[in-house]
Amino acid sequence: MHCRVAININGKTEAHEIEPRLLLVHFIRECAGLTGTHVGCDTSQCGACTIGLNGLAVKSCTKFAVQADGAEIVTIEGLSRGDTLHPLQQAFRDHHGLQCGFCTPGMLMAAKLMLDRHKQLSEELIRHELEGNICRCTGYVGIVKAIMAASIATAASDSQPDASNAIEASSR
Amino acid sequence: MYPAAFRYHVPESIAEAVGMAAELPDARFLAGGHSLIPLMKQRLAQPSDLIDLRKVTEMRQLSALDGQVRIGAAVTHWEAHSSALLSSLCPLLSETAGHIGDPQVRNCGTLGGSLAYADPGADYPACILALNAVLVCESLAGRRSIDSSDWFKGLFTTALDPGELLVEIHIPVIRGCTGSAYRKLPHPASRMAVVGVAVELTLDRAGVCERIQIGINGLGSNAIRAGDIEEQLIGRAIDDDLVARACASLPRVQDISGDRFVSAADKLPLCRNLIRSAVSAALKNAVRTEV
Repeated sequence: MHCRVAININGKTEAHEIEPRLLLVHFIRECAGLTGTHVGCDTSQCGACTIGLNGLAVKSCTKFAVQADGAEIVTIEGLSRGDTLHPLQQAFRDHHGLQCGFCTPGMLMAAKLMLDRHKQLSEELIRHELEGNICRCTGYVGIVKAIMAASIATAASDSQPDASNAIEASSR
Repeated sequence: MYPAAFRYHVPESIAEAVGMAAELPDARFLAGGHSLIPLMKQRLAQPSDLIDLRKVTEMRQLSALDGQVRIGAAVTHWEAHSSALLSSLCPLLSETAGHIGDPQVRNCGTLGGSLAYADPGADYPACILALNAVLVCESLAGRRSIDSSDWFKGLFTTALDPGELLVEIHIPVIRGCTGSAYRKLPHPASRMAVVGVAVELTLDRAGVCERIQIGINGLGSNAIRAGDIEEQLIGRAIDDDLVARACASLPRVQDISGDRFVSAADKLPLCRNLIRSAVSAALKNAVRTEV
């Protein structure tokens, strides 16, 4: 049995004939060719495969692609605007929020959806909300710092349109 | 990991879903999938067909009616945790929902899925026992209601019949000076409850305990009510000493299972401490509500 599935990924519709057992993460990587979304543990623990599905952070290794038929997905490839990094990406760079980088796409997508959901973030809330993402290098200190900085910058950008300047200022 | 092949169906109503299940004896219902899909990836489950409930909107409703809160079985943990209706009328359920897994899991997993799977380390089972919930199930034969006290039948086993779908959970709204709390020790790897304790209690004007209900998960093969302890607290002005003494009669659960993190022998004292902590938090809530 094959099904025709159409999923909007980062603004572009990906329509493919697939088997129902195809996992969403494999649809993203193999059918759409977007390999920024990583498969870490494949057991819904590590969060490396986190994407935005209709505005919610979801582990794409624990969803069948057919379940996302008609949905809108944002992956790590959809975060930056051309060569301009998303404020979160810039903050991860400024605050050493990554080492090997394997968990980073999932961390950034979890952080993006965390910022969308919560107006005000505290270090405690960031750590609680990151429970679904595992990093084996950084010890999380840089990651938490980066998300905090991006959150402050995003709040400041309401009055100051250039968010990346605000992040640089907060990192000094 | 690749699951075995299956056929996929997307019904748009409960009637259509249970009709399909009646025709397809080896089918499984798919809600959030956060228990079923991992099982399928390990090929511990190989259903011939999956009946996806994502378009059954009647199972995603939340409402208050006739002194009850009615929660559709496909309401996600995040929806339960963030619902203003639930946090005012049934705060124990929304508090418990916030303790499940992690944000990504809470965005997908559902109340009905958790209760139908009946994992001993799940958080909701203790909660629905403490809340005296009623579980409404539907099949081609019609609807029936099952008390939460009759729901759990053993390890991963419930009163649900083959082909039957858990569609709604009804919870009585308790008035008066009522408090509740959920306390758990999360497993450091899985975030499942090593032991979890849910408490709801009501005090009279003099501060005497009118009713208290304690649900426990993680101790044995399924969630249980701590009836012996409840009996010793009803009609008394509760303080921590009294709770500690009552906890000595923690029911002798035959099949306590431990792991490398917490041994079976350590689970009873852990459970007693969680009961004391949950009752103490519930007492504080109850006082706050009255003021």
